[in-house]
Amino acid sequence: MNAPLGASASRAGSAGRVGPAASVRGLEKSYGGPRVLDGVDFDVAHGAAVAIIGANGSGKSTLLRCMLRLTEASGGEVALLGSEVSRMRAADLRRFRARVGFVWQRHNLVPRLSALTNVIHGVQARMSGPRTWFQALAPAEVRAEAMACLARVGLADFALRRVDGLSGGQSQRVAIARMLMQRPEIVLADEPDASLDPQSGEEVMRLLSNLARESGLTLLVVSHRLEHTLAFSDRVIGLAGGRVALDLPTREADAGLLRGFFDAKS
Amino acid sequence: MRNPDAVLPAPPRFQHRTIGEYVGILVVVALVVSSIGATAPDLSALGRGVQRLFAPSGLLVQMFPPDFTRIDRIAIKLLETLQMAVAGAALGLIFALPFAILATDRLSPHPLVRIVARALIAFFRTVPDLVWAIFFIIVVGLGPAAGVMAIMIDKIGFAGRFFAEAMEEADPGPQDALRAIGASRAGIIFSAVIPACLPSFTATSLFSLEKAVRGSAALGLVGAGGIGVDLKVAFDLFNYDEALAIILLLLALVIAVEQGSSWIRSKLI
Repeated sequence: MNAPLGASASRAGSAGRVGPAASVRGLEKSYGGPRVLDGVDFDVAHGAAVAIIGANGSGKSTLLRCMLRLTEASGGEVALLGSEVSRMRAADLRRFRARVGFVWQRHNLVPRLSALTNVIHGVQARMSGPRTWFQALAPAEVRAEAMACLARVGLADFALRRVDGLSGGQSQRVAIARMLMQRPEIVLADEPDASLDPQSGEEVMRLLSNLARESGLTLLVVSHRLEHTLAFSDRVIGLAGGRVALDLPTREADAGLLRGFFDAKS
Repeated sequence: MRNPDAVLPAPPRFQHRTIGEYVGILVVVALVVSSIGATAPDLSALGRGVQRLFAPSGLLVQMFPPDFTRIDRIAIKLLETLQMAVAGAALGLIFALPFAILATDRLSPHPLVRIVARALIAFFRTVPDLVWAIFFIIVVGLGPAAGVMAIMIDKIGFAGRFFAEAMEEADPGPQDALRAIGASRAGIIFSAVIPACLPSFTATSLFSLEKAVRGSAALGLVGAGGIGVDLKVAFDLFNYDEALAIILLLLALVIAVEQGSSWIRSKLI
């Protein structure tokens, strides 16, 4: 319980980091009409920061949701951290999800509760019961870890504030603190900057990128802003027509080429 | 180009209706008129009845002044009525929550469980509390216990429905976030759903208490305890002045509970 933040990285390290952190093979998804994902294939190495780009409706968010089976894929295979996610039973999947941090477009915090209580909810990845529901009931070590997570996102002074009184950027940072509380080994982020003003969006992306780098976490982030893609990733995967149409290191990416992915119609 | 100052013709006052719609309107009117004709008192009988009320030996004259000589006994029975309402509403609210969770789409463990839970809530709500009181008098005998049970079942139906509706309408985002973390069903319910629904739950609970206080007086009329028993006895023995005293004190109790619950609502919500 008192493991330092970033313990996840050492845990991943101790596991030997055999194979890719994420492996997607022939992933397909259809909502009844044309396929949103039509055979997506890629691997992601441990510790990589990958930006997934594409036009609106190109299946970026669906891809992330299918990787964690928040949406069931129509076909294909996904392995995360060496575990075959596609074949897990419900109970195993629930336990496995604890190892994967997910940052949402909207912060998805519980509005009437304090920032501290929302962060403490992240411990439900490895604990259950009433002690994880409210900060008043939480054990001292959980409260201390949650405060440390809030400090890492720069919001320790806002611990007892209700989150419905925080700004969009602050709320997204609390959501990142909740994700840190989870002690994830890989982070999937679905346009965490989408609902924020440009400055807050950049702050949130920089925070997420720095935290991932400091802790050695693998980061897959769906991005809809070119400047964030270039600044906060070391590899870009572009989706078009439900398939991977671009996959190259960010330093080799041409801004004009990337812009085409943002502007293209799905 | 259209002149912006030109006066536009007004639309027709009534839209054209189909024959079917006219038939429907006629059926509704016929139903209302025939129902009034079959059941409402005729005006002359009503007039005679009102005259009797104000006659020297009439009900209203005999009611005044109200007789408070047995106020100690009335106060004890009023307290019992309040206790019945509080106990019945509290037990009903406690049991309404699990019923409502099982009846909510996103939280129910299985569609069949959801259907059964919804059917039970609808059944509890549909059967009047007086019928529940008669049922529980047969089960547990005359007295306040039957009243408490009747109120409890009635409130499971009332609050269960509103609790379930509030949980259906709760923002699914925080629930999805906790599900993605790997939180348990209980964790999601108590961490995300109930905190989000707390204002609605509080309002429903306070309305339940008000409804229980009003209803608990009537339950005594069938022998399920509380002040209703004394009110029925007072009428049966033609002690109309004492009956008026009971009605006035009951009115004061209901107003006090409603005011108290309004104050709590304004503070909490």
